[in-house]
Amino acid sequence: MASVLIDSIDKNYGPTSVLRGLSLPIADGEFLTLLGPSGCGKSTLLRILAGLEVQDAGSVLIGERAVDGLKPKQRDVAMVFQSYALYPHMTVASNMALPLRMRRLSAFQRLPLLGRFMPATPRIAAEIDVEVTRTAKSLGIGHLLARKPGQLSGGQRQRVAVGRAMVRHPAVFLMDEPLSNLDAKLRVQMRAEIKELHRRLGVTFVYVTHDQAEAMTLSDRVAVMLDGELLQVAPPKDIYADPDDRRVAEFIGSPKINMLDGVVRERGLIDVAGSTLAIEADARAGEHLTLGIRPEVFHLADHGGQGALTGSVRMIEHMGSDLFVHLDLAGLDHPLIARLLAERAPLISPGQTLHVGAKPERVLLFGRDGRRLRRQVGSGRASVTPIREITR
Amino acid sequence: MSEPLALSSASGEPSATGSVRTLPSPASPTRRRAFTEALAAWTLAGPAVFFLLVLFFLPVIGIFVIALSDWQFGVRSFSFVGLANFREVFADPGFRTSLLNTVAYVLIVVPGTVVLGLLIALLIESGKSCRSFYRAIHFLPFMATLTAMAIAWEALLHPTIGLVNQTLAAIGLPTANWLRDENTALPVLAAIGIWQNLGYAMVLFLAGMKSIPQDLYDAADVDGADLWLDRMRTVTLPMLGPVSMFVVIVLAVRAFECFDTVKVLTRGGPGHASEVLLYTLYRESFEYLRTGYGAAVAVVFLAIVVTLTLVQAGVLDRKVHYQ
Repeated sequence: MASVLIDSIDKNYGPTSVLRGLSLPIADGEFLTLLGPSGCGKSTLLRILAGLEVQDAGSVLIGERAVDGLKPKQRDVAMVFQSYALYPHMTVASNMALPLRMRRLSAFQRLPLLGRFMPATPRIAAEIDVEVTRTAKSLGIGHLLARKPGQLSGGQRQRVAVGRAMVRHPAVFLMDEPLSNLDAKLRVQMRAEIKELHRRLGVTFVYVTHDQAEAMTLSDRVAVMLDGELLQVAPPKDIYADPDDRRVAEFIGSPKINMLDGVVRERGLIDVAGSTLAIEADARAGEHLTLGIRPEVFHLADHGGQGALTGSVRMIEHMGSDLFVHLDLAGLDHPLIARLLAERAPLISPGQTLHVGAKPERVLLFGRDGRRLRRQVGSGRASVTPIREITR
Repeated sequence: MSEPLALSSASGEPSATGSVRTLPSPASPTRRRAFTEALAAWTLAGPAVFFLLVLFFLPVIGIFVIALSDWQFGVRSFSFVGLANFREVFADPGFRTSLLNTVAYVLIVVPGTVVLGLLIALLIESGKSCRSFYRAIHFLPFMATLTAMAIAWEALLHPTIGLVNQTLAAIGLPTANWLRDENTALPVLAAIGIWQNLGYAMVLFLAGMKSIPQDLYDAADVDGADLWLDRMRTVTLPMLGPVSMFVVIVLAVRAFECFDTVKVLTRGGPGHASEVLLYTLYRESFEYLRTGYGAAVAVVFLAIVVTLTLVQAGVLDRKVHYQ
């Protein structure tokens, strides 16, 4: 059990800066997900936590102990790799026993043949066996202990990798895209199992993924990373509904949030795509800003004109209970996507002209620099909260 | 898998793999298609089958036939003598010496080359600088013509003016007439064999190491197996298993085929001290012209090499292929 403090970490590979002054406190027992597209530095950050990479500046504290310069094995962390990294020549039992053998047996006791005859070896080996068996049973892989990784399915390998990490009760679990090699169905199942594991063990989890569904379903807090920087650290629902940055809003949510360029006409009115919406913004008349409207925020409007956007239907995607309507709007190079109730499906057909409206308080406003423009009304927040002040 | 399909169709059996096939009537389109398929298959495989037959299977059959005869090279007539040649081969103390020498040679060359090749590969991989230079100089002997290199070794090992003895004498160590002493001739040939094959083993081990996923080393670090020996035992050596199997088989076959150095440097001597199987075969067949006897030796040689390959593949395969 330990909290983790990442303090002003810099990391460069040659001239390429991968992490820039990154700071992030993680509470004891928290499930924190580092979310970002590939190449954003999230795996590098995880490897720095594990001690597999060395940062160029800054420091890492695990349980209030600075671990910079400590080897991975001295940091009391365990890691689950994307490839699982199981030793293919060892049985499941030996794979899971290895971390314990390395810690509890001396170099002499680990010697191939002689080690067995050292005085304490049989007793320690028996203890390790008991612990491995107990852990394996708790993960439902007790019957696989004698098999080798090559004989296991993807899901079973995944469990063995988790078991190898669990068996020595680390203070922090580090997981590097552990589900990305599984098929979609198994991924959902293992996601639930990891969540359950976190609840049961109660230790700190740092989880790296590029999959927003994993991040949203698993985490206590999500840290969205892009180009080596943290854009926002917040609980999943805030990340979705209350993003600090345009890039966060665009990264989270499927289908993607609609981004529309607008110009403030006067206080309370914004011109956008040939219409005028009644939205309060802290901006002067004539100022350019971007409106972020999630597909589900739209509703059908009876007529065009003020308060509604008008476009022609390009395509309709039926998703069962909902449908995604792609609308071509005048002056917009990409279609607007609106998520509407399927009950309206018979009434909408491609080529038709459609009017959609959005509740002003659910429209997100972003400035030219991509930062969120918060309003006094609606969200109720007075100002942008700096990331570093957000803790649990 | 189109090949088995084509071959089974060629033999007239209805193929189980053709899912849409229903009871073919004579001259039906399915039957015709099967024929076309078989024709295409044989046309494509034909040249390879032909050359395999002419260049490999027929000579081997020829060897077996000659081994059962008393034919002598150049003589126009011969008669079959049954297994007499084989009886003679196994009763011949000269052949037994030659066989034991060959086994001894293999037992020195294979482990020596594997251990040294692995060691050099590990050293090159652990260093950062001059990697390609080290790779190149260790690989050079393998690229060179062994006969030419053997002559260079002869000069080095010359009892009086050779660099080896002069160096030994200069630092006060005992010298020897390396290639004319029956105690040193075979080990020296084996050492040259190791020197020649070292680069080959090294290159294969280097390639094997490159293919070990970095994740495994990372996992070993996190699990606490981060000392050199632990990393070797946990990751490097086990993961080199498949490559090692290949290296051992190839080296063993190459060592059994040792001929050039013996022919150039010792001619099997002194006495029979460095006589190896292929040299015996060569001398019996082409110097003494006892072709039948030579063919019998060739059959024994072939049997050893084939058995060796099968045994090694069978035993090692089970232990090293993890998937």
